[in-house]
Amino acid sequence: MLDVTGLTAAYGPVRALDGVDLHVEAGSITAVLGANGAGKTTLLRAISGMLRPRAGSVRLAGRDVTGRAPEDLVRRGVSHVPEGRGVIVELTVDENLRLGGLWRRDRGWLRDGPARMYELFPPLAARRSRRAETLSGGERQMLAIARSLMSKPTLLLLDEPSLGLAPRTTAEIVATLLQLRDDTGLTLLLVEQNAQTALSVADRAVVLNLGRKVEDDTADRLAADDRVRHAYLGL
Amino acid sequence: MLRFLDLTLAGLTSGAVYAAIALALVLIWRSTRIVNFAQGGMLMITTFIAYTVISHGGSYWLALVVAVLSGFVLGGVVERVLIRPVEKRPPLDAVVVTFGLLVLLQGLAGMIFGGTPRSYPPAFSIIGFRAGDHRLLFAPNDLWVVLVVCGVMVLLAVVFRWTSLGLRMRASAFAPEVSRLLGVRVGRMLTVGWALAAAVGALAGVLIAPSTFVSPTAFDAFLVFGFTAAVIGGLDSPPGALVGGVGLGLALSYVSGYIGSDVVALGALVVLIAVLMVRPRGLFGSPVGRRV
Amino acid sequence: MTALAVRAPVVWQRSTLLRHLIWAILGGVGFYLLSVWLSPFRDLQLAQISYTAIAAAGLTVLSGLSGQISLGHGALMAVGAYSTALLLEHQHWKLGVVLIVATAITAGVGVLVGAAAARLRGPYLAGATLALAVGLPSLANYHRLRETLGGENGLTVVSGPPPLSLGETFPVERWQAWICGLCLIITLFVLANLVRSRVGRDMRLVREDEDAAALSGVHVARVQVLTFTISAACAGLGGGLLAYVNSLAAPGAFPLSLSLSLLTAAVLGGLGSLAGAVYGSVIVTLLPTWSSDIAQSAHLSRNVYANLPLVVYGVVLIGVIVLFPGGLQAGVLRVWRAVRVTIRGRLR
Repeated sequence: MLDVTGLTAAYGPVRALDGVDLHVEAGSITAVLGANGAGKTTLLRAISGMLRPRAGSVRLAGRDVTGRAPEDLVRRGVSHVPEGRGVIVELTVDENLRLGGLWRRDRGWLRDGPARMYELFPPLAARRSRRAETLSGGERQMLAIARSLMSKPTLLLLDEPSLGLAPRTTAEIVATLLQLRDDTGLTLLLVEQNAQTALSVADRAVVLNLGRKVEDDTADRLAADDRVRHAYLGL
Repeated sequence: MLRFLDLTLAGLTSGAVYAAIALALVLIWRSTRIVNFAQGGMLMITTFIAYTVISHGGSYWLALVVAVLSGFVLGGVVERVLIRPVEKRPPLDAVVVTFGLLVLLQGLAGMIFGGTPRSYPPAFSIIGFRAGDHRLLFAPNDLWVVLVVCGVMVLLAVVFRWTSLGLRMRASAFAPEVSRLLGVRVGRMLTVGWALAAAVGALAGVLIAPSTFVSPTAFDAFLVFGFTAAVIGGLDSPPGALVGGVGLGLALSYVSGYIGSDVVALGALVVLIAVLMVRPRGLFGSPVGRRV
Repeated sequence: MTALAVRAPVVWQRSTLLRHLIWAILGGVGFYLLSVWLSPFRDLQLAQISYTAIAAAGLTVLSGLSGQISLGHGALMAVGAYSTALLLEHQHWKLGVVLIVATAITAGVGVLVGAAAARLRGPYLAGATLALAVGLPSLANYHRLRETLGGENGLTVVSGPPPLSLGETFPVERWQAWICGLCLIITLFVLANLVRSRVGRDMRLVREDEDAAALSGVHVARVQVLTFTISAACAGLGGGLLAYVNSLAAPGAFPLSLSLSLLTAAVLGGLGSLAGAVYGSVIVTLLPTWSSDIAQSAHLSRNVYANLPLVVYGVVLIGVIVLFPGGLQAGVLRVWRAVRVTIRGRLR
């Protein structure tokens, strides 16, 4: 459902993505791996509209969405949980959640949606009226994901969801996402430095190095390939 | 004692007006991180528009509504056309653009209306209330000014806190990039922010007009004191605008009454420096750096 | 290899100073020729541009290099102007000495203001300096000081006539323009060398990243106060010359719009650029009178004619900033580079 062709993006003179191709099947979980600076975050930003690519195209369910603004991508079913989570600390948990669903103009969903999110992520329910500032790292990650889910996306982009989290928290979040995928057919594109976690969860994986795609295979095969593991994944 | 009461009441009235202008500046600062030096010019234009309505036979209330609506439109247009190109640039570019706009508006007003100050009718009586034998320096019209400003502040607080528009505007101000990822049309929110701010400013202009008369340069001092009040309260704090405005109004009233009206500007400077030395970001300004 | 590496920095250093000296001499010659060619009225404008440029140059260094916004330099010019007026009236020193002392006095005020300002950032600094711009000149109206400072009418400045060696009929405006021009060239020379020196480097470091600068051993507050003091000295000199040229130091000459015009001149020309400060001052000084002349000759109604300069001024300000993001100096450089590339291309 997502087709990226020859995507090239740069920050000024620095080329962060160089002709990357990617194909993501609906309902699958794809991991994007690679060292720091490989271009993983840039890839997500170019897909979600935060960064305008210099060349190449992004097609969503067959329609060309290259270079469109993030607000438009959201309305087409793409939701991006950015690096650092982007939780709005001055707002309460409840306000953060509602914000994610406002564009739909659906009063019913604005009522039921947060309730559903509190079921999915119980720790958030206890803090619903507290300012997001008071949340721990794991709770913030849950809030960021829940907030993105409020827009009922078909494609969820996650940038380093396990960063700074305890393994158990990560496992809980991963389990919730897998459940969602099974229940709703949600497609996940996941950027991770922690290759081990990512490969254990993903169906397919793509490895980036210095802006170029160097590997694209099923997760099992990549996990088993020693050369790949040593060279790019630090395993 | 009576003199003190008089000065306090007068200070409250002028303080309410400074608070309104400070609030307009705070709204713009929060949404676009720009200080709008043209605020005085914009409210001057809307007050002239209100004056035109009245001089053609309209009622005070009609003129008030027209002023606020035209302020809303003016603010939105200014943001979309003039400010959008400089929003992402260094702050001094916006200073020059808003200063240029101020001069332009004063020139246009001078061309259309001329420089002679026009008188503007007050909403209510300007004869002070009686307190025993003494006639206070506080009239029904002054009470009206204070009540309107308080009412507007409450209304805006409600809008920001309880409505989805307010939520989107706050989010756009705190975290524009993330808000866009959540489908919020941030550009539109910035325009609305300016429109609301200009509407508040227009209201302040109509409130001050009876005492200052209406001319292209009549409102300059109010921008200066409004900005001072906003800085004292903290540029990103609407309650700060209220406190700063009223506080400054009171302080200047006492300076004017006890020391002399010619050093009022100096008094403002002293109050400002005193506050900033203790709290460099204003009384309620947020500290440096947001933890995300 | 080592010998070359050691020699290169010394030559480079000398060449900067030499380069600035050559520019100063060329500027001086150019100014002289211009002043002689122009009529006495235009010489007056030349003088006005010069003293505005002195203040604008100081401000562009402050805001452009050190990153501190000041909306109060008009008040500092007032300090220089009043100091000059008072000294000339009571001390009967030579003009040169008076200007130096007035500059020093304003620099002293600058230290105080700069020390207070060092704690403030961005719009809070702007707010404080705005209050200064409006508050300080009102001191002249304070009833206790009205005697010394002349109140609303201000103090008159009696400037001596041009020296007899220049001839009986030598226009006083030209003489004044020469003095202002000389001060401008000296100021630009000093500032240009300052910008290239270690102090200039420290200023830039502080503007870029205060914490990093502090970690590399730069005393942040000290650099900021020093920069403020220097820019205040420039404003003081400019103000003193303003009083000299206009023969008057009055509160009405220092409204808020003066401070805003100085800032506009600095931004239009390009923040941090000394040449830009000069272009900006030319625009800010000439545009109002030029559009006034046009309005007059077009026989427009009184309201329109009186306010047309304001409208033109506003439009030009907005237009230049929106169209030339880096200011005029950046625009000029872009054109110059494009020309050079085209020439090189043709020569190949």
